Amino acid sequence: MPPLVFANDAPTAAERLKDASGVALIALLLGIPMIGLTTADQGGSLQVLTRWPLLAAFIAASFCGRLVVRYLLDALKRRRQAQDRQAGAAGAKETRRGGRMLESIGWLAFGLALVLPIVFSDNRYVVDTATTVLIYVMLGWGLNVVVGLAGLLDLGHVAFYAVGAYAYALLSTQFGWGFWAALPVAGIIAGVFGLALGWPSLRLRGDYLAIVTLGFGEIIRVVLINWTDFSGGPNGISSIPRPTFFGLPFVPSSDNPTFATYFGLEFSPMHRIIFLYYVILVLSLLTNVLVKRLRKLPIGRAWEAVREDEIACKALGMNVTNAKLSAFALGAMLGGVAGVFFAARQGFISPESFTFNESAIILAIVVLGGMGSQLGVVLASVVLVLLPELGRDFAEYRMLLFGAAMILIMVWRPGGILSHREPTLLLSSEGGRRE
Amino acid sequence: MMLQLSGVHAHYGHIHALRGIDLSVQVGEVVTLIGANGAGKSTLLMSLFGQPRVSAGRITFDGEDITRLPTHIIARRDISLVPEGRRIFPRMTVMENLLMGAVLADPRNLDVDLKRMYALFPILEERLEQRAGTLSGGEQQMLAIARALMARPKLLLLDEPSLGLAPLYIKKIFQTIRELNEDHGMTILLIEQNAHHALRAAHRGYVMQHGQITMTGTGRDLLASAEVRAAYLEGGHAAA
Repeated sequence: MPPLVFANDAPTAAERLKDASGVALIALLLGIPMIGLTTADQGGSLQVLTRWPLLAAFIAASFCGRLVVRYLLDALKRRRQAQDRQAGAAGAKETRRGGRMLESIGWLAFGLALVLPIVFSDNRYVVDTATTVLIYVMLGWGLNVVVGLAGLLDLGHVAFYAVGAYAYALLSTQFGWGFWAALPVAGIIAGVFGLALGWPSLRLRGDYLAIVTLGFGEIIRVVLINWTDFSGGPNGISSIPRPTFFGLPFVPSSDNPTFATYFGLEFSPMHRIIFLYYVILVLSLLTNVLVKRLRKLPIGRAWEAVREDEIACKALGMNVTNAKLSAFALGAMLGGVAGVFFAARQGFISPESFTFNESAIILAIVVLGGMGSQLGVVLASVVLVLLPELGRDFAEYRMLLFGAAMILIMVWRPGGILSHREPTLLLSSEGGRRE
Repeated sequence: MMLQLSGVHAHYGHIHALRGIDLSVQVGEVVTLIGANGAGKSTLLMSLFGQPRVSAGRITFDGEDITRLPTHIIARRDISLVPEGRRIFPRMTVMENLLMGAVLADPRNLDVDLKRMYALFPILEERLEQRAGTLSGGEQQMLAIARALMARPKLLLLDEPSLGLAPLYIKKIFQTIRELNEDHGMTILLIEQNAHHALRAAHRGYVMQHGQITMTGTGRDLLASAEVRAAYLEGGHAAA
């Protein structure tokens, strides 16, 4: 096929100059009051001074900058068009090659995650930040089942995170439960909450469901704030027991053997930090394996089919409500487990940790990562947690940086960082089926 | 008797969409229901599945009264629907779409059924790992039919399978309908606007207008009738 020629494919030099001149003119108009004129304190009185050379430099920079930006944008567009033309023919082979590459990236990321605390064993900040990233990865993977696979827009995922956290906090402080015993129980409690909230609301679709879930997220938070006898109200719950290493606590000294004395090590607060890191790593890897396996089972395909076309699912005799409820409950359960870990790590929780902001960030991780993509969630979590961290030096500009990064991802990767969808079932080259 | 509707009424709010429909499909028959836009054809099909619920009348399938059963239970009764506008799962592969069709079927039949579908629609076998949304309209329609057949239905309901397809594909789709009926003994209820093709493919036909059946007869009789020709065929396929 001969390449298509578009009228606006390559602007002429004159067009480019005209475009840049327009930008320079705007720069001039804005620049006169902002750069061209300045005030200075001279001998006690305020004088207006002019800075025409600086203004000229500013305008020249705008002019040249516009030329470069326009050129780069055009080049990008042409490349995109060329790719689109080729994309049609590529088909299934491309899918498979893409899948293999992603798989190797996934293993690489796993390897890095494994050695990270060893490399940075004396750097508390890095391991702490990595733990935070992993919490978001786990939350993202949980929400990915609901939003990415089943296509249910859930704006209140933080509610289940809170349920898990408070379940552990109360079970441990009131009833003396340990971390490992409370973990599955709190997960199940969050899952039950998911069922209870999902049952009445899942008949709604799209925006309406989003509003209801948003409401549930707020209800849980408001209840936690106001029911002081139960949850401690705004004061939250403190001195939540930290997880132990098979019964060995991470404390400087104790009558019973501690982690440090048992292994004959010198006590270091880093032991606990690194241990917590590996706990959340294992939890999130279990989540990943669980979700990946489920996706290849009929129930996983049913979730995706519900996302694709609910009416077609009904026509095929599927019980759509059950499919949605199971996805919602599983997502809630995973969120609850992440909440348990959060409570155990912090040692203190209050309703302030579970605001709508958290829901928004988790949802942003899923959407920016590429809905339904497991690896995309990891990448997006890294970006969304690290960006504000890196932005600390910019103080009040960091949210601006955050917003700009989001917009850039939307422009360049509208389907998310990884919009590739791995088929649940591939054919082997011999023609037989391979699960 | 495979399917029997007697005195069926249905409403969308205040709109009286079906006004006393009597319709029957015998085992091994191809029956077509033709009519203009808004006549109530699709409503009739959907009301079989209880969406909307019929407000009066009775629907029996294979001797069982299904009038009040929940939608997904009706869909498990050996009835498969190929919905209007195909409604395949666009981001899933062709293979996954076929598997969704077999979601309620006995898994032991899966490989046999897949082979049957490849024989019926060789193009699908070539495209198994392709995303269904990247198929052409005609291929998507074939996939929709194959997906419905994966459930091993006794009765296949087709809602405007020729909608928006190129003439070549329309021909192919109607060929498939005939083949399914003649070689595989499939009972088919076909809803169409393309009266010419539909009546030629069908043993019997019903004409629907404003929520009522206005004419019925064999496909050939209806095709020859002056009224049908005037209303649905003149200008389009008069030379048939």
